[in-house]
Amino acid sequence: MLLIIFILFAGLCLAGAINLLLQTHPINSALSLIVVMVSLAVLYLTLGAEFLAAAQVIVYAGAIMVLFTFVVMLLNAGKEERTLGSFASWSVGFPAVAVILAVIASVLIKSQGLGTVHLSDKITSTQELSAMLFKELVLPFEVTSVLVLIAILGAVALARRGDGERKGGQ
Amino acid sequence: MIPISWYLLLSGALFSLGVIGFLIKRNLITVFMSIELMLNAVNLSFVAFAHELNPVKGQIFVFFVMMVAAAEAAVGLAIIIAVFRARATLAVDQIDLMKL
Repeated sequence: MLLIIFILFAGLCLAGAINLLLQTHPINSALSLIVVMVSLAVLYLTLGAEFLAAAQVIVYAGAIMVLFTFVVMLLNAGKEERTLGSFASWSVGFPAVAVILAVIASVLIKSQGLGTVHLSDKITSTQELSAMLFKELVLPFEVTSVLVLIAILGAVALARRGDGERKGGQ
Repeated sequence: MIPISWYLLLSGALFSLGVIGFLIKRNLITVFMSIELMLNAVNLSFVAFAHELNPVKGQIFVFFVMMVAAAEAAVGLAIIIAVFRARATLAVDQIDLMKL
């Protein structure tokens, strides 16, 4: 049962990621990225992280991807022109990616003592998470809220038209 | 029953696909999407290790990563809008003012 779920959604995940690379229109890439994120949420559920699965769907598949599609439509982004990539990406980038993947795979194949996932594993409840978050980790939580506030201000400041532009343009 | 290493392998594969997308894509927005893909891949390995070692603290770490990713997406897309306004293009080949 778990095996079927894993293979199905891991496959969806990889298919979505590959589709993201193959599509030329940014909207199609954004939609395949949503597929990747939702199937990752299912994989989080199999790992017993129910709150993170919900947060993944709400924050990533919801908020962030809406922002992406909004920007794609706002800027009227058309099909990208394919070029063959730079010399640096062919000579350094792709070999480095292959080496990283090979190293990760070889370490994982050799590794002993990594556990297994069962469907009957304990699910971490939202109650446990929030108890930890609001008792032990209150300070990091508040600092993160300041970070998000600064990000909002920064986004507004970056995206609005400057004064000079407004006078000149309209 | 599934070994944890399968999840980690999937995470590595997704991360590599993200890097490849970052290298071959020529549209600023899709390049940014590849970065999001890499962040998600790392989150998956975080959750897998959290399942192994310390579920509560590991998952809270992923929660913080998500928050930072949301902030990063908002600021990044604002920068993309500003770049588009200044250069009227999204092709990374043509945004090369700082290239040597």
